[in-house]
Amino acid sequence: MSMLLIFIVGGLLTFAMRFSFIYLLGRVPVPESVRRMLRFVPVAVFSAIVAPELLLPSGRLDLSLGNSYLLAGTLAFIAAWWTKNTLITILIGMGILLALKLLF
Amino acid sequence: MSERFRSLRQGIQAEFPLLVGVFPFGMIFGAAALGAGLAPAEAQSMSSIVFAGSAQFLTAQLVHAAAPAPVIILTIAIVNLRHVLYSASVAPYVKHLPLRWKGLLAYLLTDEAYAATIVHYEEEGAAPTGHWFFLGAGASLWLTWQLSTALGIFLGANIPKSWPLEFALPLTFIAMLVPMLKDRPMVAAALSAGVVAVLGAALPYKLGLLLAALVGISVGMIAERRS
Repeated sequence: MSMLLIFIVGGLLTFAMRFSFIYLLGRVPVPESVRRMLRFVPVAVFSAIVAPELLLPSGRLDLSLGNSYLLAGTLAFIAAWWTKNTLITILIGMGILLALKLLF
Repeated sequence: MSERFRSLRQGIQAEFPLLVGVFPFGMIFGAAALGAGLAPAEAQSMSSIVFAGSAQFLTAQLVHAAAPAPVIILTIAIVNLRHVLYSASVAPYVKHLPLRWKGLLAYLLTDEAYAATIVHYEEEGAAPTGHWFFLGAGASLWLTWQLSTALGIFLGANIPKSWPLEFALPLTFIAMLVPMLKDRPMVAAALSAGVVAVLGAALPYKLGLLLAALVGISVGMIAERRS
């Protein structure tokens, strides 16, 4: 199968998943319980994306101070809490990680 | 200035910090795709057709490993299953729109467009021009993803491997996550999802991510019922 065809099929499936409930929910009413459930989607997914990046930087659990991803991520977490500013959080986290990589 | 244009601009502005995190990620993808043996045109067309960061990285790896086409397609589908959750999450806010709008917004419904848009919807509710905000966030992310892929293809192996550019992406998610931790059920959902994601990281097709999201959502609901 040609590469382009793979992308088209993969892209159509991706689109179908993104379109799924946007399409369906225009047709059926959303029960209150489902609405309450959906409130937790962003925190759950974002946390699930972030946690392995910080705790398993090389594929293995690393809770030591030598894990610069965990250290930079934790400080970025504090920066996010304090500033509520996405850009500052990224810059602080990136800056700390770079500094740690250069120093050690 | 019309209300639509104002919403569009607000969407772009809200998306901007995330674009800063996405840009290096797109560059790494462009370079990594060439490194995996894809042609420049193939790498760029993957960014516009599939338009889903982590699935694209896995696809490049699988192409490099000469995996058969059905395996690649199945991987893309499973890795992107979380978008069904996003779709359900934004659906109540776009249900009044005509089908062509729903189709366009669904195509643009990436992790990062979702992150900025859901925050806006939860604060403002379903405002009459909310879909223009969504469009501004989604389209600016789309353009950034295409441009950063192109730059990555252009620079290729000249991007030093020692630069931890890929870390910009988890940092953007940290920045989006923290303001959402407003009550105990939210914190419970985030913590449990994080723990399950770490425990399930070795599962194939990033299934650990999906499992973690489902556990987090369930724990959040249980915590809410108790409080």
